[in-house]
This record gives sequence, C-alpha cells and structure tokens, in this order.
Amino acid sequence: MDSFDFIVMIIKVLFVGMLMVSMAPVMAWVERRGSALIQNRLGPNRMGPLGLFQSVCDGIKFAFKEDMISSHVNKFYYVLAPLVSLVPAFMTFAVVPFASNLVYEGHEIRFQVANLNVGLLYVISIASLGVYGIIIAGWASNNKYALLGSLRSSSQMISYELSMGLALVGAILCYSSLDLNTVALYQGQTLIELGGFAIPKWGILLQPLGFLIFCTAAFAETNRLPFDLPEGESEIVAGYHLEYGSLKFSMFMMAEYANMFTASAMMVTLYFGGYQLFPGMHWLLEMMNLSGLSADIARVAFEMVSFFVKCAFFMWFYVWVRWTLPRFRYDQLMDLGWRVMLPLSLINILLTGVLVYYGVI
Amino acid sequence: MEISPIFFYLFSGLAIAFALMTVLKKNPVTSAFSLVMVFFCFAGIYAMLGAHLVAALQILVYAGAIMVLFIFVIMLVNADIPSLDLARSSLFLKFVAGALSLVLLASLVWVFHGFKQVIPAGPFTVAAIEKAGGNTQVVSEMLFSSYLLPFELTSILLLAAIIGAVALAKRQAPKSKLAIDRGVKR
Repeated sequence: MDSFDFIVMIIKVLFVGMLMVSMAPVMAWVERRGSALIQNRLGPNRMGPLGLFQSVCDGIKFAFKEDMISSHVNKFYYVLAPLVSLVPAFMTFAVVPFASNLVYEGHEIRFQVANLNVGLLYVISIASLGVYGIIIAGWASNNKYALLGSLRSSSQMISYELSMGLALVGAILCYSSLDLNTVALYQGQTLIELGGFAIPKWGILLQPLGFLIFCTAAFAETNRLPFDLPEGESEIVAGYHLEYGSLKFSMFMMAEYANMFTASAMMVTLYFGGYQLFPGMHWLLEMMNLSGLSADIARVAFEMVSFFVKCAFFMWFYVWVRWTLPRFRYDQLMDLGWRVMLPLSLINILLTGVLVYYGVI
Repeated sequence: MEISPIFFYLFSGLAIAFALMTVLKKNPVTSAFSLVMVFFCFAGIYAMLGAHLVAALQILVYAGAIMVLFIFVIMLVNADIPSLDLARSSLFLKFVAGALSLVLLASLVWVFHGFKQVIPAGPFTVAAIEKAGGNTQVVSEMLFSSYLLPFELTSILLLAAIIGAVALAKRQAPKSKLAIDRGVKR
C-alpha cells in the first residue's frame, strides 16, 4: 500500500465516519419536521431556516448538561453500555459499496471502506452485537423498567434476526455471492427489455417477498416503531435508556440512527440495485458526452447520488412509518415474528431454490 | 496468509487474559462478557489468517447468538448463586481443583514440548482457495458434496434438540414462549 492508497483510505474512513455522526442531528430534524407534516402541525421553526438549527441546539444541550450517574447503578457497565451500542452501529457500514470502482493513474479506487468477500455475513454478525449495548444498559441501570426494556429488546432482536437471516438466504441464492460489490454489480444487468426501455435486474423484482420480510425485520432490529417496545414510553417509561442523560443518551440516539442508515443501505444494496443508476440517468450521462477520466468521475458522482437518494428514501420511510402506525402489543410482536415471518421466509427460500434450480432467476 | 507476530501475540494474549477472567471473576455477568471478548480475540486471529468466513461465523454464532442467550438468562435470574462464589468453597476443593489444573497443564506441556515438525501444507493453500473463488465457495462446495451426510446428520441432531427443548418447555409451562425461542436459536 503506497501513500496514495493510504490517503484514499483515510478519506474514505473519514467520509463514512462523518456520515454516520451527522446522521443523528439531520434525522432528528427530519423526524420532527416529518411528524409535524404528517400530523398537520408546524414543527420546530424558530431556530434557523425551517428550524434547521434545532439539532445544533440539542447537541449543545446534550454536551453541557450535567453528566449525572445515579448511585444505584453498576458504574462500569453503565458507562460501557452506550459505547457498546455505538461501536457496532458505526462498524457495519464499512462493507457497503456506494459507487463502482474508479481507476485513477493506475490506482484502483474502491468506494467501499473494506472489501470483504463475506461482506453480507459481516454486516449481520456485527449488527447482531448491537443487542449487547441494550442488554448491558438495562441490567446496569438496576431499574425494573430499564431491565424490562432490555429483556424485551433482546428477545425481539433475537426473534427477528432469524427471519432477517433467512430472508437474506433467498437473496444470496439469487446473487450467489456474499460480497456486496458483486451483489451491486449483478443488479446492473437487464431483466427484460420493454420497447427500448431496459428494466434492471434489481433485487426487489427477484425477491419481493424476501424484501418485505427483510424490511419488517430491519424495523424490529433497529427498535423503530411499530416495534419500539424496548422504549415503550406508555408502559415502561423509556425502557433501557431510562437512567441515561446528556451525552450518554445521545450516544444511544446516534447508534439508533446509524443503525437505521445501515439498514437502509442494506435494503438499497440488496434489493434496489445498490449504486446502480436510476433508469434514465444512463441517458443523461450519455448526453453529457464526456470521455476519459471526467466520464468516470461523472459516472461515480451519478452513482453516489443514486445510492444516497435511495438511502434517503428509506430513511424517510422509517420516519413515515413511525408516525403512521401505532405500536404493536408484545404478544402480537412475537406472533408476527414466529408464526408469520418465519414460515414466510422459509417459503421464500423454497420458492427461490426451485426458481434458481430451473434457471428462471 | 501469514499472521504478523504482533497481532498474534496481541490477540492470543488478550484471549488468555479474558479466559482467565471468565474463570476467576465472581460476577457471572463479567464472566459472560469476558467469554464474549475471548470469542472476539479468536475471530481476530481467524481474520488475520485470511479465514474471513470462520471469523464472521464465530462472531455471528457465538458472540451474536449463543452468548446473548447466556447473558439473557444470567440477567433474568440475576444469578447470585453461592456455588459460583470462589471464596466460600472449602480449602480442600481449592486444593483438588488446583492440582487437577496443574496436571492438565503438565500434560499439555508434555504433548506440545518438542513439537517442531513442519505441518505439511494441505490442498487448501491461500492461492488455491483464491483460485476456487474464496473461502465461502470452497467451504460450501465441500459441505454439500464430500461432507453432505455428516452435514445432514448434524441438522437432524439440531432438530432433535429443538423438539426436545419445545417438549420440555411445553410440559412445564404451557404458554412459555421464551423456552421455544431459546431452543430454536441454538
């Protein structure tokens, strides 16, 4: 690895890191304005244009609030818990490609922090560690509500992880690869040609049922409504982060939004073509009539735009669902997980297996 | 792939330290988390050796699934079991345990002492695996061709364990869903 590759690596890491850090303030604003839009209110509109600086005020408040630790908590684990939930949340995005490779003066630049040939497994395994932060938080808080929240969360995450993994098996059968870059490239192929308009081979068309299961499980895994029983403020006050305040609480929030972003990125990469351009953008790219390096740079820019637009849609989708659907009851949640999602994901694997065997997909 | 000695000693040293903590700490929660850290160190060594699949599965299965359930149960019963308390056990038991572990250590040293012969390289060198399409591909091809029977037998064993867990849970408490979850995940 020479100095050029090293600098590129550092830039990539910084870019993805900053993206993850900035997700919480941006999404806090989107969530407030979105909820206001849906509930026909104004939402925050005092600080800055459209209330954009509300999140900055929140950040300042979090940073300067007294960092209080209750006397009844287990101090070591109490301080450890926010870190344990934050670190895996920031780690998972590392293998997601956000543009195709670019060759610059003989160097191949990958728009992906780490290129693992088991990328998909890496994401699932690191994401499955997020539950530790919540369990530790609930237990160390030494509070009944917090413990109830963390117990709910761990059983919920374990139940839905199963359907999530099985939904992914269907996708893996289609792409026959665990490498997310290969997955994204595969979806660049054409499925059918309709009168000069090529319909790309995106995962949603190959795996509609798989996407539905994955999407539902992703909501449960990120503890978002309608599956936010670990917080359930009407029953257990605030769940696992009841005893947390100031920056420690904001770390839980950052972890939640980082997890949401990774889940969106995974949905995009696996089912919506990843960084593949939107239909019509190819035409625009040809219209620009560029050649050589500038053409490549334009292509990468277009791919990044399409990737992040797709991700932004799913982030909005999270907000949209949150303010539309009410929370499930706990037994409904478990019923849905074990009696509906699990059999459906097994059926999905069976169907996909048959289709792949007969060469349809 | 060659592992750099620094990382090997770092990860193995940490693994040994956390393994000792697992055994010696009185708090069961600390023990469980130390065990998780041991799995992480193993995964680090596997990843450094180029076995990414094994590393990912190590974290996914052990740290992400099995240990979560262990910790879940420990926290649920909030275990403060006297038998786990090292200080309360009798001097005689301590002596026996110490002697037995010394015997084990001695036998390990005896076996590995003078173990200097070069291990012959099998067909699965790094280059061969790369050529065949990576770790995952090779493992799955082996699993579903040469080792299909053991693989299927293992799955039947797991199925039996699941059915056993469900049957036991049903007999004790008809509506307990927790036990069902636990059985399936293992």
